[in-house]
Amino acid sequence: MNSGFDRRPGKHADLAVVAILCALSGGCTLLTPVQPWQKGTLARPEMTFGGDSLDLKNSEHVYQNREAASGGSGVGGGGCGCN
Amino acid sequence: MSFFDVKGRAGRGVAAILFVAVLAAPTHALERGSVAPPFDLDGTKGAVKLAKHQGKLVYLDFWASWCAPCRQSFGWMNEMQAKYAMQGLQVIAINVDEKRDDALRFLSSNPASFVVAFDPAGATPLSYRVMGMPTSLLIGTDGKVISEHIGFKDADKIALEEKIRLSLGISGAGK
Repeated sequence: MNSGFDRRPGKHADLAVVAILCALSGGCTLLTPVQPWQKGTLARPEMTFGGDSLDLKNSEHVYQNREAASGGSGVGGGGCGCN
Repeated sequence: MSFFDVKGRAGRGVAAILFVAVLAAPTHALERGSVAPPFDLDGTKGAVKLAKHQGKLVYLDFWASWCAPCRQSFGWMNEMQAKYAMQGLQVIAINVDEKRDDALRFLSSNPASFVVAFDPAGATPLSYRVMGMPTSLLIGTDGKVISEHIGFKDADKIALEEKIRLSLGISGAGK
């Protein structure tokens, strides 16, 4: 009994796979990389890590509380025994 | 498994298509000796046309207010313009900021004694295939690209000035 389970794709299935892959990769042509002269927004301070000190303090606070990782980002209380 | 047959034939086809796509992408800067693409832009003191400066050695610079090395280059470009204007050097700096106000704010703290143009749409850097900020090009009196330089560091100044001197036909050491 192998009639229903013979899933060997024929020639047409191969072509269909190629056609689908081509169609999918064709969508990538809509994505153009950001050009060097278009990086004004990326160069803004808020786009860097630690660009906003208040935001950094807040996310550190949330991290310490949620992850029970008090002091993990500094020296004091980080398990160094120096406190 | 017959599915791997697909990978064999179709996979090769897809790989070939991707390879061609990568080759077709414009990843090269303008070549030496190629004609500098013309431009006609709005500037701080009226229209800025490359054709108008033909016959001069043009130092073309692409800059933006958010680009830190550009700030360093302005003082040096002022110096070069003052030093070699008589010998036929014209510095043209094309701003690529999207907002004119950002550029004007930069100019108020970094005054420029050379020609400044604005290209918020970015058509000129595209035609010159700018690969990084800042990019500068030396364009000869015949309107052809002599050399290109990406970035700006203090250490680059000597070599860049030497290129300007060579192109102007000034021999001997600078300074």
